[in-house]
Amino acid sequence: MRPFGYARVADADTAIATVREHPGGAFLAGGTTEVDLVRQNVLRPDLLVDINDLPLAGIEDRPDGGLRIGALARMSDVAEAAGVADRFPMLAQALLLGASAQLRNMASMGGNLCQRVRCGYFRDATSPCNKRDPGSGCAAIDGFHRGHAVLGTSDQCIAVHPSDAAVALVALDAMVRTRGPGGERSIAIDDFFLLPGDTPDRERALEHGELITAIEVPAVPVARRSVYVKVRDRASYEFALASVAAAIHVQDGAIADVRLALGGVATKPWRARAAERSLLGGPATPDAFAEAAGRELAAAVPRPLNAYKVELARRTIVRALTALAEDGR
Amino acid sequence: MGTDIKAPPVTGAGARTITLTVNGRERGLRVEPRVSLLDALREHLGLTGSKKGCDQGACGACTVWVDGRRVLACLTLAVTCQGREVTTIEGLGDGDDLHPMQAAFVAHDALQCGYCTPGQIMSAVALLREGHAADDAEIAEWMSGNLCRCAAYPNIRAAIREVRDAAGGA
Ligand SMILES: Cc1cc2nc3c(=O)[nH]c(=O)nc-3n(C[C@H](O)[C@H](O)[C@H](O)COP(=O)(O)OP(=O)(O)OC[C@H]3O[C@@H](n4cnc5c(N)ncnc54)[C@H](O)[C@@H]3O)c2cc1C
Ligand code: SF4
Ligand code: FES
Ligand code: FES
Repeated sequence: MRPFGYARVADADTAIATVREHPGGAFLAGGTTEVDLVRQNVLRPDLLVDINDLPLAGIEDRPDGGLRIGALARMSDVAEAAGVADRFPMLAQALLLGASAQLRNMASMGGNLCQRVRCGYFRDATSPCNKRDPGSGCAAIDGFHRGHAVLGTSDQCIAVHPSDAAVALVALDAMVRTRGPGGERSIAIDDFFLLPGDTPDRERALEHGELITAIEVPAVPVARRSVYVKVRDRASYEFALASVAAAIHVQDGAIADVRLALGGVATKPWRARAAERSLLGGPATPDAFAEAAGRELAAAVPRPLNAYKVELARRTIVRALTALAEDGR
Repeated sequence: MGTDIKAPPVTGAGARTITLTVNGRERGLRVEPRVSLLDALREHLGLTGSKKGCDQGACGACTVWVDGRRVLACLTLAVTCQGREVTTIEGLGDGDDLHPMQAAFVAHDALQCGYCTPGQIMSAVALLREGHAADDAEIAEWMSGNLCRCAAYPNIRAAIREVRDAAGGA
């Protein structure tokens, strides 16, 4: 591994200032992305600023039914927090279906949102990759792209955003709270993640040295009955080929409220708004679910090795919604 | 700038002395920031029980406990363990006096080559403490972070079941 400096800091201002002063500096939380990619030579920070002593690990139920998750709360602790399992089962499930018990003990929620893509060409540190080395090309588009995205792609990058938790958070309209040199701000999670477009190296709406302090989830009553369905190559400890975070509320035979987001098939955690529009007010039947899924995936750009994902995503949507509808009967 | 002036943190890439508790003993060692906890244990402290399978967080062979929680030593930087308590497989039993989980692995033949075994055992003991071993499906899910190339999985689960039942529940 290349050498880098290290500083363990105790307060947010020092952490932010220290990273700001070092153009090659980065925050270090659980390290499960950062240490891995530094060792692979994909990331080359000259300084890691250890933020684990910052008091940002709290998980708070809000009296209004919402939730505030500190950026340093670990995936395992968030998944097991009573308020999360009761109010936002899709989030608890997404967390528990991610990584492994050891990784979940290490990985922070802020780090989870900032994790990097699992594209093998990005990770090998030598192939052409516009995300790692802007302008060098994309080895995946004409290469091995079986795991890559069909939604939100560009001709510069087709890598999938790998987070499971972020898919649930996008369905829940979470807000990302940050603190930076310009003070504090709140970013709607859908705006936090950027499409690759012409700048796939920019994945998040964060400035250098801007620290995520918390993730705020508003009260979402429909989420009390919600699911996260993850389809993958093996039963556990694997990233999604397709995943769905879903919640519906049916009243008098019609869908009165719905949340739907997709993972494993898109370049950012994907809110399925076209499908939601198609479902709202209609019947909660498998035909209506299939119709809605089809509308969302009409925009898909399949390639030879990942064309199966269009059908896989469609069926995963139908399965998730059908499970919820049957459960609600 | 606020009035609260703090000394700038130490930021160098050179070796520094850290102190941590390993298996109940306080240890000091000099490491560069880039040294993983796994390499610190194996190469600096001579504790070679924790294994390096992938060095990428993908196999679980390096599983140890930091402050009582199971984590991956390959993705943990040793410098971040300053002041923390690390437990490795060497800290589990006492010489020939094996921890019940170690004894159960032997009794159930829960290994072939044995390379994954220290990580499996560190995970298995933590698993029972976490309370996620109600049935085989739950054990498999919560042990999924420990791969076994020899596929000793059924016997590993049998060993875990035995210790769970002897301890009176999950
Ligand atoms: C083998 C393996 C399997 C995995 N499987 C899954 C899976 O199935 N599903 C899934 O969702 N994830 C999975 N992951 C990814 C894992 O969830 C992430 O690596 C983890 O969440 C990152 O969190 P961290 O605290 O370790 O971040 P770090 O590695 O410490 O940091 C990651 C990045 O975020 C930045 N950062 C960290 N905290 C902050 C902050 N507060 N503000 C601003 N920037 C910050 C860092 O500078 C760094 O660039 C897997 C990882 C591995 C290694
Ligand atoms: S898909 Fe994206 S991350 Fe993968 S090689 Fe192409 S540009 Fe790089
Ligand atoms: S060596 Fe750490 S997970 Fe494989
Ligand atoms: S016993 Fe050989 S890898 Fe598990």
